[in-house]
Amino acid sequence: MKRKPFYISGEKIFQVVDVVLMSMLALIIIIPFFTVVMTSFVSEAEIARRGSFIMIPESFDFSAYWVLWNGRKAIIHAYSNTLFRVFVGTALQMAMTICFAYGLSRKGLKGRGIITTYVFITMLFGGGLIPNFMLVKSLGLLDSRWSMIFPGLISTWNMLVMRNFFMAIPDSLKEAAIIDGANDVQVLTRVVLPLSKASIATIGLFYAVGHWNAWFDAMIYINDKNKLPMQNLLRNIITATMGLDDMGSGLMNNLASKPPTQAMRSAVIIVTVLPILFVYPFIQKYFVKGVMVGSVKG
Amino acid sequence: MNHKRSLWYYIKRDRFMYLLLLPGVLWYFIFHYVPMYGVIIAFKDYKPFFGIEGIFTSKWVGLQWFRKFFKSVYCARLLKNTFLLSFYSLAVNFPSAILLALFLNELKGKLFKKTVQTISYLPHFLSAVIVCGIVREMVSTDSGLFNALIKLFGGKPIPFLSRPEWFRTIYISSGLWQGIGWSSIIYLAAMSGLDQELYDAARIDGAGVLKRMRHITIPGIRQVISIQLILAVGGILSVGAEKILLLYNPQIYSTADVISTYVYREGLGNQNYSFGTAVGLFGSLVHMVLILGTNFIAKKMGEEGIW
Repeated sequence: MKRKPFYISGEKIFQVVDVVLMSMLALIIIIPFFTVVMTSFVSEAEIARRGSFIMIPESFDFSAYWVLWNGRKAIIHAYSNTLFRVFVGTALQMAMTICFAYGLSRKGLKGRGIITTYVFITMLFGGGLIPNFMLVKSLGLLDSRWSMIFPGLISTWNMLVMRNFFMAIPDSLKEAAIIDGANDVQVLTRVVLPLSKASIATIGLFYAVGHWNAWFDAMIYINDKNKLPMQNLLRNIITATMGLDDMGSGLMNNLASKPPTQAMRSAVIIVTVLPILFVYPFIQKYFVKGVMVGSVKG
Repeated sequence: MNHKRSLWYYIKRDRFMYLLLLPGVLWYFIFHYVPMYGVIIAFKDYKPFFGIEGIFTSKWVGLQWFRKFFKSVYCARLLKNTFLLSFYSLAVNFPSAILLALFLNELKGKLFKKTVQTISYLPHFLSAVIVCGIVREMVSTDSGLFNALIKLFGGKPIPFLSRPEWFRTIYISSGLWQGIGWSSIIYLAAMSGLDQELYDAARIDGAGVLKRMRHITIPGIRQVISIQLILAVGGILSVGAEKILLLYNPQIYSTADVISTYVYREGLGNQNYSFGTAVGLFGSLVHMVLILGTNFIAKKMGEEGIW
């Protein structure tokens, strides 16, 4: 009995160390956001007076946001392109993925093995950047917003995860519907989909976040500034080393003469992060679930 | 009931299934198999102004572009950078995520644990553009936090993004910042499935926290660890271009340039389609060998492979 108190205190010391370490981790993750928020409120005058790194500004200056507000047309436009790819893109991805995954989930379907191999090969080997670019070009999709949608209609990984959900639904349920006179499409819409709502929502969210965050495809396929999504506008502003006079929009006229200030760059980052911060608490749990199901071997 | 049916019977029975599969099969053909065929320009002398017919009519040049790449200084440099960036990332990120999961798992306060988890998952949802935007602000010479700290301690500010020797540190630490929380989820999930009685028994036998971690938790999640490791090792040469394109500049090509960024620059930027495709093809062949190889070795060693 003598040793017991020792262990209890050992556990307690560990708890304290653990809490301290985890608080530090949380801080390290938050600090960059915090400094970017603060920087967006620093005025040029204060930088001239206090030097350029200012943790907390003496007075909160909204001029960077004012510039963005004056250029809201460009931002709204960019967001409308982002929303287009998020909604239209995700909807089409879901339709394609669901149909394909359901087709592949039928046990005993003739040719199922061949189709699976056909898909599997594309996971191992692809044409690469330039052949893909040439394909999109020859389909006439350059400078079209559809170039951000068609090349990514199915993520093979998501499709296989979904196929596994569908296969896990007991055959007896599907057969019962067929005996009642339903065809395979009706089995999909009336039995399979309602039973896998949660998992389908998770995959839809993964697709939507992918579209929200994507920028590389738009950069290589789209030249027309009016068709670029928000991520690309953000990229053009934060990597600008000169004035952005070629952007031809209200926002850029304010930036045309000189490179964007640090407050400007920070303010655009904030404006792009905010929507994610608002939605994040509501959708987080779906993603966490999604990681677990996705990790189940198929 | 067991008499043989004709193939036609099954096709007719499943006709709706084939109908549902058709769009996807076509899509895979157009957006995956057609570009695979396009790879033949790696063995031809193709110029963008040839147009699409040029893919078929341009002159065969055999392995000319591959020889050009192997002889250039880029070959060794790109392979080295690609390998080192992903190797260091793996070496740092992989154990960190497991360690974080171990520490989160031992936290007693439920609310505190949830808060830390929520905060640590957040950066995963940010785009590469946002993360790199934040990184650029953090390491900026005049307005960045790091240089402010250096100046505070009397040091000279460092232009981090123009110094080749700093690129790997920046790339890997920002990757850790973004990914550590998210990668820990899978281990935490595995830990929550472990038998609680084992822990109680160990506690009665006098095992402290660290001993319980070493002898119960880690062995308990061994299989998850090994699958994650196989996945990570298989992808070791697939360093994406996105973050690097957003951070690098000609001054730091010597450490930052990787296969995918070079293909982008040479191929699309300088319009050397054939050469760029050849370099890309070389990269994806190495990548494929690595994936199949790790899977094969893992199976030989008695672990479960990915397939």
